[in-house]
Amino acid sequence: MRWRSAILFAALAVIGGAKADPDNYVIARRGRALAIAGDCVACHTAPGGTPLAGGLALATPFGVIMTPNITPDDATGIGRWTKAEFARAMHEGRGRNGAYLYPAFPYPYFAKVTREDTDAIFDYLRTLDPVSNAVNRRTLPFPFSVRALMIGWNSLFFKPGPFVPDPQHSPEFNRGAYLVEGLGHCGACHTPMNAFGANKADQFLQGNRIDEWTAPDITNDQQSGLGKWSVDEVVQYLKNGQTRTTTASGPMRDVVEHSTSKMSEADLRAIAVYLKERGAAGGPVPASVPASDPRMQVGEAIFVDTCSACHTRNGAGVEHLFPRLADNAIVRQSDPTTLVRIILTGVRGAGTDVFPTSPAMPSFGYRLDDNQVAAVVTYIRNSWGNTASPVDAELVKTLRSHVAGPVERSAAQ
Amino acid sequence: MVRRLPRKDVVIVGLGWTGSILAYELSRTGLEVVAIERGPWRDTATDFNIGTAPDELRYAVRHDIFLRPKQETLTMRNNPSQTALPIRKWGSFLPGNGVGGAGVHWNGQTWRFLPDDFRIRSHMLERYGEGIFPENHHIQDWPVSYDELEPYYDKFEYLAGISGKAGNVKGRIQPGGNPFEGARDRDYPTPPMRQGYAQELFTKAASGLGLHPFPRPSANISVAYTNPYGCSMAPCTYCGFCERFGCANYSKASPQTCVLPVLVRQPTFEARTECEVTKVNLAGDGKTATGVTYVDAAGEEWEQPADVVLVCAYALFNVRLLLLSGIGKPYDPASNEGVVGRNYAYQTGSGSTAFFEDAKFNSFAAAGSLGVAADDYNSDNFDHGPHGFVGGASITSAHTNGRPIQFHPTPQGTPNWGSQWKKAVRDTYQRVTSVGAQGSVMSYRNNYLDLDPTYKDPLGRPLMRMTFDYQDNERKMANWMADRCDEVAKAMGAKTTQVNRLVGPWSVVPYQSTHNTGGAVMGSDPKTSVLNRYLQSWDVSNVFVMGASAFPQNAGYNPTGTVGALTYWSLDAIKKYLKSPGPLVQL
Amino acid sequence: MKHSGSRSPRHPGHLTRRSLLASAALLITTGGTRARVVTKVLPWDPNEAYPVVPVKPGGYLFFSAAEAAAVDAIVDRLIPTDELGPGAKDSGVTTFIDRQLMGPFGGHDWLYMQGPFAAAPLPSQGLQSSLTPRQQYRQGLAALESYCKTSFGGRDFVQLNADEQDKLLAGMEKGEVTLPNFSSKMLFAAIHANTLEGYFADPIYGGNRDMAGWKLVGFPGVRYDYRDVIEKPNQAYTLPPVGMQGRPAWGAR
Repeated sequence: MRWRSAILFAALAVIGGAKADPDNYVIARRGRALAIAGDCVACHTAPGGTPLAGGLALATPFGVIMTPNITPDDATGIGRWTKAEFARAMHEGRGRNGAYLYPAFPYPYFAKVTREDTDAIFDYLRTLDPVSNAVNRRTLPFPFSVRALMIGWNSLFFKPGPFVPDPQHSPEFNRGAYLVEGLGHCGACHTPMNAFGANKADQFLQGNRIDEWTAPDITNDQQSGLGKWSVDEVVQYLKNGQTRTTTASGPMRDVVEHSTSKMSEADLRAIAVYLKERGAAGGPVPASVPASDPRMQVGEAIFVDTCSACHTRNGAGVEHLFPRLADNAIVRQSDPTTLVRIILTGVRGAGTDVFPTSPAMPSFGYRLDDNQVAAVVTYIRNSWGNTASPVDAELVKTLRSHVAGPVERSAAQ
Repeated sequence: MVRRLPRKDVVIVGLGWTGSILAYELSRTGLEVVAIERGPWRDTATDFNIGTAPDELRYAVRHDIFLRPKQETLTMRNNPSQTALPIRKWGSFLPGNGVGGAGVHWNGQTWRFLPDDFRIRSHMLERYGEGIFPENHHIQDWPVSYDELEPYYDKFEYLAGISGKAGNVKGRIQPGGNPFEGARDRDYPTPPMRQGYAQELFTKAASGLGLHPFPRPSANISVAYTNPYGCSMAPCTYCGFCERFGCANYSKASPQTCVLPVLVRQPTFEARTECEVTKVNLAGDGKTATGVTYVDAAGEEWEQPADVVLVCAYALFNVRLLLLSGIGKPYDPASNEGVVGRNYAYQTGSGSTAFFEDAKFNSFAAAGSLGVAADDYNSDNFDHGPHGFVGGASITSAHTNGRPIQFHPTPQGTPNWGSQWKKAVRDTYQRVTSVGAQGSVMSYRNNYLDLDPTYKDPLGRPLMRMTFDYQDNERKMANWMADRCDEVAKAMGAKTTQVNRLVGPWSVVPYQSTHNTGGAVMGSDPKTSVLNRYLQSWDVSNVFVMGASAFPQNAGYNPTGTVGALTYWSLDAIKKYLKSPGPLVQL
Repeated sequence: MKHSGSRSPRHPGHLTRRSLLASAALLITTGGTRARVVTKVLPWDPNEAYPVVPVKPGGYLFFSAAEAAAVDAIVDRLIPTDELGPGAKDSGVTTFIDRQLMGPFGGHDWLYMQGPFAAAPLPSQGLQSSLTPRQQYRQGLAALESYCKTSFGGRDFVQLNADEQDKLLAGMEKGEVTLPNFSSKMLFAAIHANTLEGYFADPIYGGNRDMAGWKLVGFPGVRYDYRDVIEKPNQAYTLPPVGMQGRPAWGAR
């Protein structure tokens, strides 16, 4: 499980000083690229802290876990680790002294990373400046502090074993599968979880609610997945943070800015091919809410008055700035949490070197009450080629109490 | 107690249009650049949230995002025989504040001056003789030509995505554009805005009178656009909340939309906001600046050393900073000596209000630079011989807004209140439009800026004093233009018109224009200018001063296009300076 | 590794800290606030916006009952209710003025109010009085009442009939009425200006109730997108006006 509600900003990765063995330069460089693909820096960096020196507080339903220091410091980092020990952590979820690691560290995914690759990542980490940062690794309350509980969890939910390419598919597909199912650990957010915090393997990549965001369905489903995206659009999203229908925001903004925008085009293409070709797995399309429904009437009035100046009257949006809402799978997720949330709090999209503007949606929490937010989201979800379930004011109310600021909360009164 | 900070390569005073452009262009080369801005950080979705931005009372009437007079204002008088008093509440002009400066709340009218404007002294002398010039004038040629600035106008226009139709491309006159404009290398980056009903009527009427109307070049852009820096903008939605307001939907060119997204990404750039620069510090010999001193929001003083100081604080505050820092000799009209504060100028406004029997002008559907203009009476595009004035004006039909607190016209003679007033307001609102003339102001011996002897700011420093009045030359010109406007208004089919003339002394009370120019002018002679042709101080060669304070006198156009061009022009020189410090113009 | 810190928290129920900060002298009085340093990333925090607090009508925070009654009567003459629709009084303009006087406008908080104040400024030099709007209303209304009682046989302004009120206001407008210790012209100008503001400002400020002022002239409010209007020149605009708090079609709050 990965919970990122404690993350406000992810620091940029910085290449450390010249401790690399010149003979290992090529491997270390490859390791760096792999570390970017795995987005290690996102979790292993405290806000305002040195990259990869650990100390981020990950809030989980079981308590707070502090991420460890993975710079090569002898006392507080991985300075004394061996390659084999690092591989064991990645492949089996076991620490240097055999301690069980919590799956907040997504070892069920990293288990698929080849030994060659874990070695390269390890070599790269050893080129960094050692940073002394003693992280408290015993923060969970009893009984979750008993790491041996993971034996049970692993036996139920963890199948160790390397990545096995599928001979029915192209090398490019398999490269994408290796990245997504392994280092990318996309499923950690994009797959529904059970009560024990394990991803439901039979619903891999079908979308999940996490940290009050909707991590959307990224199967090839037409209604709620990537069915209407081309391979190019997937690549563009990962590389530049935007397509016509969406700008990466929320947790994906960090992923794009610090990980995928720095990956090679070939790897991004492989990921796109994999996601598009592994098939669709969405639920049934719900009945549409008719235009005569009072919620649609109210929603339309609000949309015309305050949304259309950016998203345009017919939902077409404006390229590079305001996503097209018409025929948009993001709008049609079975869970509308993200839509509701960004209306309440606003959101800032990814900024990359190619598209630096990082456009921001304004916050409306102070302006619209729960019924109004529910109405306008219902309207958007059922207009211009979209059909999706209506939104309840109760959902808005609950979400508002979690994400809104003080002024916004008062709008609910 | 002043604390000294680590040295930077460049310190920039003020983070508006000119400050942002220079900050980006210099920091992207790896220079350590810090911009110090006394107002707050501002950004689109937060400060110009679509649910809070369109608030006429807050922004247009109470002046929320402008500089608060309490923090700084000027004193004013019309001539040196009077005692200047503080402008306690802004009226005639509205200085900006905060990151983005006036680039946040401007209308977006983006012009090039005409080639003759840059050598107006020589030109008028050649064509009309010495007698044409008004008494006590200080008209001077610019030390740069239009042709030298042309590529830099282009750069600024492409930065801002200006929507327009070129009138003269490489010497060939283009139909639909301004036939009087200087030759340009290529057309505007985006097509002209769609115009409103009043502009349709004006175009027909003006053409019928033999004028050459064209769509006004606009920074409220017409289509989605990504500028050469990679920053993206959306098309204008004619919301009618343009001037005095931040734009909520990325459709008005501003530092926020055009520069800040790439500027902030530069690893060697830092912005410090809510910090007021109080002084440019000089070395003992007074010939080099060592950096600036500023006061932060807690009232603590800091010294920021730097190799180069770029003064980008807006025309008026540039001049005040130079005076307070002792850079350049202050101007004294009595002796006609000195240069800092000399040649302050402004803008004229006059025209005709047109009342129609039947029309639906829908003035609320408006943008700051929506409009159709004709330049037949601008600059020296017409024979000044019979008229006895110098200067000219653009004749324009425009609606920038229909916001009812400030726009509720009634015909002359209507009472100001009561049921009759109410009915007239109701009947007139949709049926009124106007034709306006925005004209040049020359520079004069007795229009100038200096430090006030009495009034102070909260830090105890003297306010700047503005001594200014329209002279006979400007009144004559503006009132002649008003009659030209009236001709067009009548030709548009107005039932009645009301001519609005420039009468009485210049007053701070009604809003007129925020085109304050001069006071730190550029020139070829240090006796009559503060800056050389590269906007470098004659006295302190590592100080460059941007903005319309550099204009020797003002032309019949909004200044921002020229301010942007001069910034890019000066940038090339600043880069040369950094390679080889010293005066760039040898005398 | 630098990144931008989070913004100043907003005060619920007030204009934001930053606007208060900007309204203060930006100096020693602001207590402990440093510069806001921006590097590397465009600053952004969720929920950051700077809305005004909606005026809740009912009661008066500045005016006494008598003052409010007098202002009601005055604004009712300035913009009367008639066949064209509600006038200033029925649109809540007195409430608007009352709330404005309690805010920074009421104390001229943002203006330059340092002395010396000139006794005989030039008209071109504009506002030079040291009186704040709160003082103008308090002193001016008192002077008006005193004048009325003296000149109209003990009757308040409120007790005059409409013609008497109109005549008196017209005289004040021209400065032809001499109130005790107060300029009638100044009082009239203040009330007249605030009346126009209250009648035409967004209803969030307490006036322009039900957008009556906007409906009078046909101003559609804050819809922010009139491309459709530009597409169809010289045609009537039919959508109802909308304010910052919405309109009836948004559903009751």
